[in-house]
Amino acid sequence: MLKIHQLHKSYPIGDSSLHVLKGIDLNVEDGEMVAIMGSSGSGKSTLLNIIGMLDEADSGDYILDGLPIKNLTEKKAAVYRNKFLGFIFQSFNLINYKNALENVALPLYYQGMKRKERQEKALFHLGKVGLTDWAKHLPKELSGGQKQRVAIARALAANPKLLLADEPTGALDSATSHEIMAFIQQLNDEGKTILMVTHEEDIANMCKRIVRLKDGVIMEDEKVNQVRAQEHV
Amino acid sequence: MFDIDLWREIFQSINKNRTRSLLSGFTVAFAILLFTILFGIANGLQNTFAEAFVDDANNAIFINSGRTTKAHKGNQVGRQIQFKNEDFDYVKDEFDEKIEFITARIYKNFQASFRGEQNVYDVRAVHPDHQFLEKTKIKEGRYINQNDLNNKTKVVVIGRLVEDDLFLKTTALGKYLNLGGIQFKVVGIFTDDGGDNEERKIYIPVSTAQYLYGNNDYLDQINLTYNPELNYDQALAFSTLITKKLKNRFSVARSDQRAIRVRNMAEGTKAVSQMTVGLTFIILVIGFGTLIAGIVGISNIMIFIVKERTKEIGIRKALGASPKSIVSIILIESIIITAIAGYVGLLIGVGVLELVGPSLKEYFIKDPGVGNGLVIGATLTLIIAGAIAGYIPAKKASQIKPIIALRND
Repeated sequence: MLKIHQLHKSYPIGDSSLHVLKGIDLNVEDGEMVAIMGSSGSGKSTLLNIIGMLDEADSGDYILDGLPIKNLTEKKAAVYRNKFLGFIFQSFNLINYKNALENVALPLYYQGMKRKERQEKALFHLGKVGLTDWAKHLPKELSGGQKQRVAIARALAANPKLLLADEPTGALDSATSHEIMAFIQQLNDEGKTILMVTHEEDIANMCKRIVRLKDGVIMEDEKVNQVRAQEHV
Repeated sequence: MFDIDLWREIFQSINKNRTRSLLSGFTVAFAILLFTILFGIANGLQNTFAEAFVDDANNAIFINSGRTTKAHKGNQVGRQIQFKNEDFDYVKDEFDEKIEFITARIYKNFQASFRGEQNVYDVRAVHPDHQFLEKTKIKEGRYINQNDLNNKTKVVVIGRLVEDDLFLKTTALGKYLNLGGIQFKVVGIFTDDGGDNEERKIYIPVSTAQYLYGNNDYLDQINLTYNPELNYDQALAFSTLITKKLKNRFSVARSDQRAIRVRNMAEGTKAVSQMTVGLTFIILVIGFGTLIAGIVGISNIMIFIVKERTKEIGIRKALGASPKSIVSIILIESIIITAIAGYVGLLIGVGVLELVGPSLKEYFIKDPGVGNGLVIGATLTLIIAGAIAGYIPAKKASQIKPIIALRND
């Protein structure tokens, strides 16, 4: 599903540059659920951004589902993001003047789907996260957990191969966090490949594999026994 | 390529962010409002100028006589120069091919009465050509004609206001007007764009006046219009020639400025047309200045809007929006806001001009307003302005990196 080889990335800071990723090698198979852990500055978010094609590596190979991701034009990157990837963010990143349904339908709009079909599909995915009744509500009328569920529905709407989550529970209390994690685990059970950045040990333990980053290199890469979030809800 | 979903997106964005849309719309509306009002007032000023000079034909030359101020060829200073019929005929024959219309004038002042109503009026004894020189418009009946001159008939042509004053609500045509004790038949009623004063005048045939008042052949003034095909320099040369010939005829010194006075309207006309050109130029500068200020204003606001929407644009890009679709959204939104707000400004401006227009007449602003051409031109300019104002911010927006836009802050 995902092959990364000797990935380097540095950011210019004034005259010098900050070497953030110092040769990352990572392979992720179909159906895996991987947590990327590390203290702040370890490069975990940068890695996720490169995987998400929101940022580009300086050197190294990145192959997504057999497709080399390199020197993409903005347009091509947009098409790939739309087709292959679903994003879940810490701060939800819903568009505040669009209601839940419209937010979920947005990636489908960029796929060029017809309005009616789009709305049906968006409503279906909202139903999957249990928010059918909240379809016409604006983000500000929803709780944090509900917002993140809308964001998950949006990430799923375009039926992506890979789900990327950047601290998906970072802004939520622990009960809600477990609720969201239960959803994500359920998606993984259904076969979705999931890559998640977190710095919370208990959240990481709800994944099937933990990759620990420190100062831009992978320190540790281990498979773990998944803790089911459902047990904590 | 009409994409209904794109328009839906744009209208939602405008509609859901009303304050923002209204604010940017206000700038444009205000700029266009100012532009329209300025343009309208300037047009009004121009109308006033134009009107001030429509009273008389602007290719007219007026010839007056006075007392000599210099002794010449054995004549003493202070000799009164008096034009007579033969002088009128001389000018007419001598410059025949250069003259368009020619008339003499004798000025009188009489008490006019009809039944119980009476008033004092300026009376001008004239030739038939006077009608064209003075741009008199006949409302009823006819003007003085050659037949009147030949027969010295006692007929008058009176101004609209004379009819109002003396004949009250009845028609004057065909009735007899008592003019200084003599009955004259009213054969025509006229109007004149020169204002109320011009419409309180009475015209009688020049020969009748000479016969009735003194039985002489004196004339007070000779007025003519030259062939309109003469250019400015030729027109000035023509009036100089007339002056020279008449001074010779009356043995008046070349340098005598009082005895024969020839006034050529071309001089004034040139000054007025130059003034109009200057005024138009000022209008254009002010108008386009205002428009440019409006464009800069909306461009600034669009840049601000793009900044405010950075996060939203980042989200859209992460979800698969192409740079082109981001440009379209911002650009079309800018154009729509500019066009609608501009049109509102235009309508308000036109409305204001319509409303206060009539009350501005005493400030030398007549019929302020903007033409259809200007309205269409301004609308097109607005759409182009919206595109220009929106393009740079839109381009900027499309280059936003989603990673920066989505950074948690």
